[in-house]
Amino acid sequence: MNNDIVVKDIKQVTVRFSGDSGDGMQLSGTLFSTLSAIFGNEIATYPDYPAEIRAPQGSLQGVSGFQVRIGSKDIYNSGDKTNVLVAMNPAALKVNVPNLRKDSIVIYDTDSFQKKDLEKALFKTDDPFAELNLTSVQAIPVAITTMTKNALEDLGLDNKQVLRSKNMFALGIVCWLFNRPLEIADQLLEEKFAKKPLLVQANIKALAAGYNYGSNTHLTATTYRIESTEHSKGFYTDVNGNLATVYGLIAAAEKAGLKLFLGSYPITPATDILHELSKRKDFEVKALQMEDEIAGITSAIGASFAGCLAATSTSGPGMSLKSEAIGLAVMTELPLVIIDVQRSGPSTGMPTKSEQTDFNQALYGRNGESPLVVIAATSPTDCFDSAFWASKLAIEHMTPAILLTDGYIANGSSAWKIPSMEDYPDIKPHYVQEFYNGDPTVWRPYFRDEQTKVRYWAIPGTPKYMHRVGGLEKDSQTGIISTTPENHQLMVNYRKERIEKIVDFIPLQEVIGDQDADTLIVGWGGTYGHLLETMLRIQAKGKKIAFTHFRFISPLPKNTEEILSKFDKIIVAEQNNGQFASYLKSKIDRCLPIYKFNRVEGQPFMVETLVDEFIKIMEK
Amino acid sequence: METEFKYQKYTAKDYKSENAVRWCPGCGDHAILSCLHKAMAELNIEPHQTAVVSGIGCASRLTYYMNTYGIHGIHGRALAIATGVKVANPKLSVWVATGDGDSLAIGGNHFIHTIRRNVDINVLLFNNKIYGLTKGQFSPTSDRGFVSKSSPFGTVEDPFIPAELCFGARGNFFGRAIDVDLKNTTDLMVAAARHKGTSIVEILQNCVIFNNGIHNQISDKTFRSEKTILLKHGEKMIFGANNDKGIVAEGWNLKAVTIGQDGYTLDDILVHDATTADNTLHLKLAMMGYENDLPVALGIIRSVDAPTFEAEIEKQIAEVLEKKPKQTFTDFLLHSSNVWEVK
Repeated sequence: MNNDIVVKDIKQVTVRFSGDSGDGMQLSGTLFSTLSAIFGNEIATYPDYPAEIRAPQGSLQGVSGFQVRIGSKDIYNSGDKTNVLVAMNPAALKVNVPNLRKDSIVIYDTDSFQKKDLEKALFKTDDPFAELNLTSVQAIPVAITTMTKNALEDLGLDNKQVLRSKNMFALGIVCWLFNRPLEIADQLLEEKFAKKPLLVQANIKALAAGYNYGSNTHLTATTYRIESTEHSKGFYTDVNGNLATVYGLIAAAEKAGLKLFLGSYPITPATDILHELSKRKDFEVKALQMEDEIAGITSAIGASFAGCLAATSTSGPGMSLKSEAIGLAVMTELPLVIIDVQRSGPSTGMPTKSEQTDFNQALYGRNGESPLVVIAATSPTDCFDSAFWASKLAIEHMTPAILLTDGYIANGSSAWKIPSMEDYPDIKPHYVQEFYNGDPTVWRPYFRDEQTKVRYWAIPGTPKYMHRVGGLEKDSQTGIISTTPENHQLMVNYRKERIEKIVDFIPLQEVIGDQDADTLIVGWGGTYGHLLETMLRIQAKGKKIAFTHFRFISPLPKNTEEILSKFDKIIVAEQNNGQFASYLKSKIDRCLPIYKFNRVEGQPFMVETLVDEFIKIMEK
Repeated sequence: METEFKYQKYTAKDYKSENAVRWCPGCGDHAILSCLHKAMAELNIEPHQTAVVSGIGCASRLTYYMNTYGIHGIHGRALAIATGVKVANPKLSVWVATGDGDSLAIGGNHFIHTIRRNVDINVLLFNNKIYGLTKGQFSPTSDRGFVSKSSPFGTVEDPFIPAELCFGARGNFFGRAIDVDLKNTTDLMVAAARHKGTSIVEILQNCVIFNNGIHNQISDKTFRSEKTILLKHGEKMIFGANNDKGIVAEGWNLKAVTIGQDGYTLDDILVHDATTADNTLHLKLAMMGYENDLPVALGIIRSVDAPTFEAEIEKQIAEVLEKKPKQTFTDFLLHSSNVWEVK
């Protein structure tokens, strides 16, 4: 390597690969994050892509981006603005202006910054940087297309195939810039395209060409090194939230000794859950792509009745369709995991953009009094634990459990230490033949455990426990249809109590940061990483602040009121118009000093903004 | 778990639950329920290995009257629930009780897709051409011009013919019975249960309150044998009080003839083949009496073997496990790609 180039040590960096949705930016980004994780860095990723599969080439609507943040440590989210932007065309440059820092490095493909390309991105002049007022960024022109062609000319690929490798040339430059060894990338490419050796060869060649080009031409005066971190010993992999959710379900089924069933229907951004579980026949998973959202959940209810750990996966619009069936699961008191990967709404909204706007729908979106368990995953890797918890509570307490994730954590990934399942609690299905101590001939389906109010699970195929359940109200004793006023009140109360009793089975809520601070940041679900970093940055400014982040939504942890009553100011930050804040107010019978911070833009929080806004509230 | 090994012969009353039956006096559902109890006894299926699933409507209350496992679902979704039950545990004998509104209006999507998948479920489709439990609206099987509370001037839409829908969805088993014909209804249920795949049993059922006599033109005993024909696989299609009438093919159409008249002999009468894969003639048979004055076909119109959904899923799982024995979850993760070790 050339010694003239200064290598600078940095703690963390944010890189965004951006181009047409067909340019392979997602792959460049994924490879860069994975190889950085293997190299020993912490990673967080954020794929930001349009709903259109292929919008017109070079158009602003067609820009697809993949943001990767890597660092030695304390990488809790995918970063606000980028230090390095790879822009494969003028449209990618234009849409990313808000994501650039003043001193960002912008590597762009000069071959696709020609007059007609600029016109497609609605530029009026031939100097896009000046036109966008990007005077302080470090623009690095590279003829990526030409050089990729040159590098691959003797492989006998057609022009289209050659152009597909541009993303690897760009990745090569970035690898050089951050002193990433190419061997890991080569290995990852070999795994990914194992069945297509020519493609492996082309990609590896383009990658090396990009790397060498950076190195030989001293493309920048400085390259960067991000020290690898001392992680705890063990085996690691990287997962996105959807995959972690799938793993959580599989792990829970194994713990409970149940077969796993998924009834689903394709919907962005939840479909990968269906894809991944469809592959898992090696775990005897039965993943059914049904004819609609309603069939997705009702087939799962049928499977639950028949003794599976049953789940259904969807996003907001699908949740709306499933509402009536969720009510059936409440009424029949059957275990069911309902995964809602939240996206922007209402209606079709912005399918590929993330929000936390389904909170109220999860809690209240049904007819009648129909309480259930709601859990919100806090990060891509936490989707594993949260899915495990949702399954455990559903199975042990005979209830539907809604698991809220969101597009941001579902598609974002980070490194994950492969867990030892011995560290996870047992899951004991509430089987009638194990837990009910009476005579089967007098047993009826709505008999309950006196303490937990949980009914017993009698699975078809079990002799002597034949019974009927259904959506009609039943007599608490005989299990026969009943419209008696006293009985209905009793059953309404039971259904409420059995959810409330769950507080004794979930962990207490924790407060981190300065316990003696005046201000508490409160969040829930997928914003954990952004809020945590916000707290740390505020602390770094010498101010005291505390933070608590909720995973258990219904029921809330036992000590919620105790925690909230300790602070003078409570900032509830969420990506909706204040749904969790209203929920807290409804659950806690005292006047809470709540300050709401709400953003509903379909984009992750910006830590910079949070720090400024929270300090303003603190200084009020 | 306790298992009973000894052989037990069940009787109809073993399938009867403790719940009081609450259909209207004179409702056709009573007869259907009794037929089902008898059919199950004939099949001798174990009550604890049986699941009855239903949606919403009068017919769907049947679940509560069965001493089996049962789940009474929500409107229209019985077939999707039943799919989950059967796929989860293919050993169960799974039955669905549904009405014409439940399965062909709100549940129409599940009806066609369940049939297309060929899940091994026995579907009892109670067709009374009316919404009973909501007190008398026209249904998707009501004839054009039908006057009801929600169509005071008569409907201006064509009905579904369940068989046509079933064959359109590539169904492999379709049979038809009349509620008052207990023998045929019971036999048909037994045949449906023995058939592997989605079996549609359309039962022409009388709603004594809101649509009394809707099937009288064929069910009335005085002329039933003239207006209907009971199809039997491998037998000639003969009907009539004196068994002197039969069905012949004439060009592309079917025609009812009297044997010995107009030059027709017994040899001209078609022999029923329920098992032929081509459903063209099955459809023509099923449509008899709807758009022509041929006798309405009863019995097993079509019964064709085809791969069932749940068995194919089991097969795929077995194939995967044969190549790669089941691992623990942790082992699986450790052996997946993208794994690195921090030492």
